[in-house]
Amino acid sequence: MSNSYQANMRVWRGDDTGGGLDDFKVEVNDGEVVLDIIHRIQATQAPDLAVRWNCKAGKCGSCSAEVNGRPRLMCMTRMSTFDPAETVTITPLRAFPIVRDLVTDVSFNYEKARQIPSFAPPKDLKPGEYRMQQEDVERSQEFRKCIECFLCQNTCHVVRDHEENKQAFAGPRFLMRVAELDMHPLDTLDRKDMAQDEFGLGYCNITKCCTEVCPEHIKITDNALIPMKERVADRKYDPIVWLGNKLFRR
Amino acid sequence: MAELERHEYDVVVIGAGGAGLRAVIEAREQGLRVAVVCKSLFGKAHTVMAEGGCAASMRNANSKDSWQVHFGDTMRGGKFLNNWRMAELHAREAPDRVWELETYGALFDRTKDGRISQRNFGGHTYPRLAHVGDRTGLEIIRTMQQKIVSLQQEDFAETGDYEARIKVFHECTITELVKDGDRIAGAFGYWRESGRFVLFEAPAVVLATGGIGKSFKVSSNSWEYTGDGHALALRAGATLINMEFIQFHPTGMVWPPSVKGILVTEGVRGDGGVLKNSEGKRFMFDYIPSVFKGQYAETEEEADQWLKDNDSARRTPDLLPRDEVARAINSEVKAGRGTPHGGVYLDIASRIPTEEIKKRLPSMYHQFMELAEVDITKDEMEVGPTCHYVMGGIEVDPDTGAARTPGLFAAGECSGGMHGSNRLGGNSLSDLLVFGRRAGLGAAQYVKALPSRPVVSDDALTTAAREALEPFDEHVGAENPYTLHTELQQSMNDLVGIIRTKEEIEQALVKLDDLKRRMHNVTVEGHRQFNPGWHLAIDMRNMLLVSECVAKAALARTESRGGHTRDDHPEMSADWRNILLVCSAGGGDPIVPDVTVTPEQQVPMPAELLGCFELSELEKYYTDAELAAHPERS
Repeated sequence: MSNSYQANMRVWRGDDTGGGLDDFKVEVNDGEVVLDIIHRIQATQAPDLAVRWNCKAGKCGSCSAEVNGRPRLMCMTRMSTFDPAETVTITPLRAFPIVRDLVTDVSFNYEKARQIPSFAPPKDLKPGEYRMQQEDVERSQEFRKCIECFLCQNTCHVVRDHEENKQAFAGPRFLMRVAELDMHPLDTLDRKDMAQDEFGLGYCNITKCCTEVCPEHIKITDNALIPMKERVADRKYDPIVWLGNKLFRR
Repeated sequence: MAELERHEYDVVVIGAGGAGLRAVIEAREQGLRVAVVCKSLFGKAHTVMAEGGCAASMRNANSKDSWQVHFGDTMRGGKFLNNWRMAELHAREAPDRVWELETYGALFDRTKDGRISQRNFGGHTYPRLAHVGDRTGLEIIRTMQQKIVSLQQEDFAETGDYEARIKVFHECTITELVKDGDRIAGAFGYWRESGRFVLFEAPAVVLATGGIGKSFKVSSNSWEYTGDGHALALRAGATLINMEFIQFHPTGMVWPPSVKGILVTEGVRGDGGVLKNSEGKRFMFDYIPSVFKGQYAETEEEADQWLKDNDSARRTPDLLPRDEVARAINSEVKAGRGTPHGGVYLDIASRIPTEEIKKRLPSMYHQFMELAEVDITKDEMEVGPTCHYVMGGIEVDPDTGAARTPGLFAAGECSGGMHGSNRLGGNSLSDLLVFGRRAGLGAAQYVKALPSRPVVSDDALTTAAREALEPFDEHVGAENPYTLHTELQQSMNDLVGIIRTKEEIEQALVKLDDLKRRMHNVTVEGHRQFNPGWHLAIDMRNMLLVSECVAKAALARTESRGGHTRDDHPEMSADWRNILLVCSAGGGDPIVPDVTVTPEQQVPMPAELLGCFELSELEKYYTDAELAAHPERS
């Protein structure tokens, strides 16, 4: 049942001052994933190889990296998807500053998360009195499947090679958070203008790269970003809404 | 230590899972300044892996439910060894704690009339688990993370500083608690990223570090579960109870080898899934233990009827408490009726429609598809027991979460008592909320009542720093931390696992002594910046100390009960029911001190709670003398 072979692995090692790719020959067994191989390198060849991981079951979103240039969770990437003769290259997420080896500084994401105004329920609604229909919560529930692996943030071309856009653009994960709250049946805030003006929804040109890399298969572009853009558009270009805003702006 | 990074807080919470976050929220709501320190990135704690749900008698699915029924189920599940006061508080307060989450923004699945939907689970009389598909833990941790952000936004509006009252210190490991005399004065640790030391000066520390599963080879637990809180508490003079009780979840993945142990939610069985052996037989009907006779369906027809309508039949034995199901699977495999990979079959494919499976169990579908190439809507899963949860933990006051060391509090999996000898599924998430809040409140009240703040001495810091750096010294006969860890996991798995004997436990203790000695020669390469070898070397000390508690308590308890099965003492004994094995540490090695186990009696349950049970049921567990106060007798 066990089908072992020696794989050629190439792993980026270094820190914020620089680094390069190191080659390792490592045993691979039936059913193993990339993270197993990284752990074997740690245990047998490079005990100080830095890597983040946690649940090893695709539920926590810690072990994000680029596998042959594609943003992936290492725990959900089976070695059987590669040819045994192929060299598998593991590099850290490119959009974030290097800490060491495969570990990057993802604090950008926590800063953006803190800027989004929190859920605001009706003030007079008491705990236990919340009533919502399943079909009304399902839209936001899809976005709440997000495990915050930040692969979408890493792959989005708005920031991937444009550090300068990070200030104005919250990235797909956090634009999706704005959409999630906007679609929450009991949220009372109007989040359309802030999506556009404060979190940079306009930068997104719906190339769907975020959706492609999402390990939770959330349809970020189709279900969160495009509907949000449509709502913003209705608001901005609907003359009646425009007039209403002029007359009754709080 | 002039260059040491220092922070001053009112309360330091160690651990950012459900219990830790709820404690942070509470202490902050009480007006205190709180630091939360965790080993992983914020939001990655093990709580994200909880799948099935959060138990609370909200009565949304069956109006006959009540806190008393939930209390009774919890005590029954724990074989009446639970701390009754904790079980009572838990059952009474869980509904409020769940409803509160909705005000923070949680989106649970709904009933037709728009309330929170509740699902069936092992050992729960009525459908009781609030859930979001099979990713309830993620919802709960994200909700509380977002609540903390919302509190930080309030603080920003008031002071111009998001971190005026709550600050997250993530990827930071606490290696030692610091005391002033006998009371807590702070916590010392290092930043995982830089390896630099950091001191938190605080009169109160809340431990919320979770479990100990990484001491076992086959485990559903993440790397963080190295018993840090258990060990920190012991070294600070507090006590642990119930350490012999380890829950082996009946359904972990068994294949492929690299994912062995990963959890398969009990929700599969809650939603109609059934266990079968290699002969295709639904074997659980053969394993209803005498204490549960009469409470479970005895035919397949009755079990299936119960799934359709809870009130017209008895529940399926596929949903017996976890200890019973795990032992049954173990017996089937031993009898040669296991699957090719040493498990049994779990069948949902033939039970509910494909679309329902994908909707109710999306992460299970995904997990089996991606990791095992099994389509659970077409084929059966192969499952077997996996080390999942430690019932044992820090001995605390039920109402405040206070440990024996003044200023030390604990909540969640790292505390002990609530679940007795076996935890029911769904009672963990509710435990985190109820006792996380209580520990946060207990710590806040303690701090407010203090006449003076404790002081951290330089001596304590010098010692803590020296001990942390020991693995960087040169040692004769250098040991690799990864090797030691593998040996520990193998020994605990094989010798103090699901079925135990005196001889095997004694062998484990010999092995633990050997590992303790070799621990001092652990040598790590490289430097202090994000060095996983060094991190493991430090975590290993905690795993060794806690493993010794497990083994010593398991050796002392000469009966079988819940998560402790002695092949040489297979019966449950009423004389053992009320006895707690209390672990304390001191003397011997300074880093991994010696463990002493002392039997102590629990406080008896008051008559009004005894009245929640039929006398005939209690007679299966209690001694005659203990039942004199039961309402039916007096």
